[in-house]
Amino acid sequence: MIGQILYALPFLWHGFLITLAVSGLVVVISLVVGVALGVGLVYGPLPLRLAVRIFSDTIRGIPILVLIFFVYYGLPAIGLQLDAFAAAVLALTLFKVAQVVEYVRGAIASIPAGQAEAAKAIGLTFAARLRYVIFPQATRRFLPPFVNGVTDAVKGSALVSLLGVTDLMHAINQVIGRTYDALPLYLLGAVIYFLVNYALSSLSRRLERRYAFIRE
Amino acid sequence: MIQSTQGGAATHAPLLAIEGLTKSFGKVEVLRSVDLGVAKGEVVTVIGPSGSGKTTLLRCVNFLETYDSGSIRIDGREVGYKDAGGRVRRGERELAGIRADTGMVFQSFNLFPHLTAAENVMLGLRKVRGKSKAEARAAAEHWLSRVGLGHKADSLPGELSGGQQQRVGIARAVAMEPKILLLDEITSALDPELVGEVLEVVRSLAAEGMTMLMVTHEIAFARDASHRIVFMADGKVAAAGPPSEVLAAASHNQRLGAFLARFRASHF
Ligand SMILES: Nc1ncnc2c1ncn2[C@@H]1O[C@H](COP(=O)(O)OP(=O)(O)O)[C@@H](O)[C@H]1O
Ligand SMILES: [Mg+2]
Repeated sequence: MIGQILYALPFLWHGFLITLAVSGLVVVISLVVGVALGVGLVYGPLPLRLAVRIFSDTIRGIPILVLIFFVYYGLPAIGLQLDAFAAAVLALTLFKVAQVVEYVRGAIASIPAGQAEAAKAIGLTFAARLRYVIFPQATRRFLPPFVNGVTDAVKGSALVSLLGVTDLMHAINQVIGRTYDALPLYLLGAVIYFLVNYALSSLSRRLERRYAFIRE
Repeated sequence: MIQSTQGGAATHAPLLAIEGLTKSFGKVEVLRSVDLGVAKGEVVTVIGPSGSGKTTLLRCVNFLETYDSGSIRIDGREVGYKDAGGRVRRGERELAGIRADTGMVFQSFNLFPHLTAAENVMLGLRKVRGKSKAEARAAAEHWLSRVGLGHKADSLPGELSGGQQQRVGIARAVAMEPKILLLDEITSALDPELVGEVLEVVRSLAAEGMTMLMVTHEIAFARDASHRIVFMADGKVAAAGPPSEVLAAASHNQRLGAFLARFRASHF
């Protein structure tokens, strides 16, 4: 069994890097886009709010697997042909953006109206109110679900193997295809996913402590 | 001591001039043509039953609430709308500038929980008044000492008692050196034993000539600390004048009499 694992490690290492790349891209892009759209959903003009609301509800209503297949096999019909990696990242990102939008909306909504009013009363403009009063407090509410969502993204990235992207999951399956011994490799895969996510959860707890300025 | 400025104060062009102010929430008319002036250095207290529109009136002055018609001018300048009689809302920067000159202290304190007491006071000084960090810090320490909290400058709001939080709220407002200070039932959320320390700060600001428009249920305090008392009922000014006159008018003004009687029964 040790021998099998040693044999498999180089293959898995490459897959592992792909998994990290997919997860990293999805998380970073969805964070930037999701925060922008989330702020638009809360403060934007009505047409923007409607558009974001419809986008978010639609995406969240579709199983992620369907979304992945739709982007990869469906979009070519309208002339958008993406390779497997790009399609997988796009689909997972759309899904994650919709989640981030909701986290942002919830985080901002949880700040009492009196905070914005006190900020107005000392003469802060809209942008300054967000930057110095609303966002620092909303961040605290936003982080726990978001970091949870990051671990979801790492786990969910395994779905890209279905499009033939050689991520950790796909690499595991390839090795099993050669050695015909599934159990040790799936165990190893589980351990690797677990370690990554355990590290992320620890980070999350550290962040939460750092932002725990409000005594409750 | 305060009484002595009373005669002169009312005769000058008021610093705050509210004329024919009306405001509805949907179908409910909350303010029905309110006229009220506050002269520079004057302390005016608004009393009245719950729901009579006191909070709404104060919020309109700071344009936290839009108003339907009438005008609110501070130093001759319309608060929320570009003058010219139109109803064109002022831009964000202009509004912010006007609000910076109008201090507000809230019933629920509304301190920024992620900032220390000093940082609460410094934020407006830094980002609105453009002071350097050192200047803002010095001003914050000055004002915190003024409200008796020099030693709590680096405490977070969550580490302070309600009375202390409210005093930080006052320091945050007055540090901006506003033309007028608006105080909406600032002791209503406090335990009775903490009310005194906050009122004491208000009293000393009044003695220094700070212009104030306040809402309070502390009738005894209103009587001692204000130049004029305005009694509101049903969105209108039902009685106004020097404290002694307004409180004496209770004998022939039925609404006011009923209000004060209920008050004495429940609060004294
Ligand atoms: N945001 C709002 N939306 C709808 N109605 C409101 C709102 N704020 C206040 N009101 C109503 O306006 C009336 C006056 O309220 P308020 O100004 O708070 O009175 P007071 O401060 O004298 O108790 C009340 O009937 C209240 O229910
Ligand atoms: Mg009120």
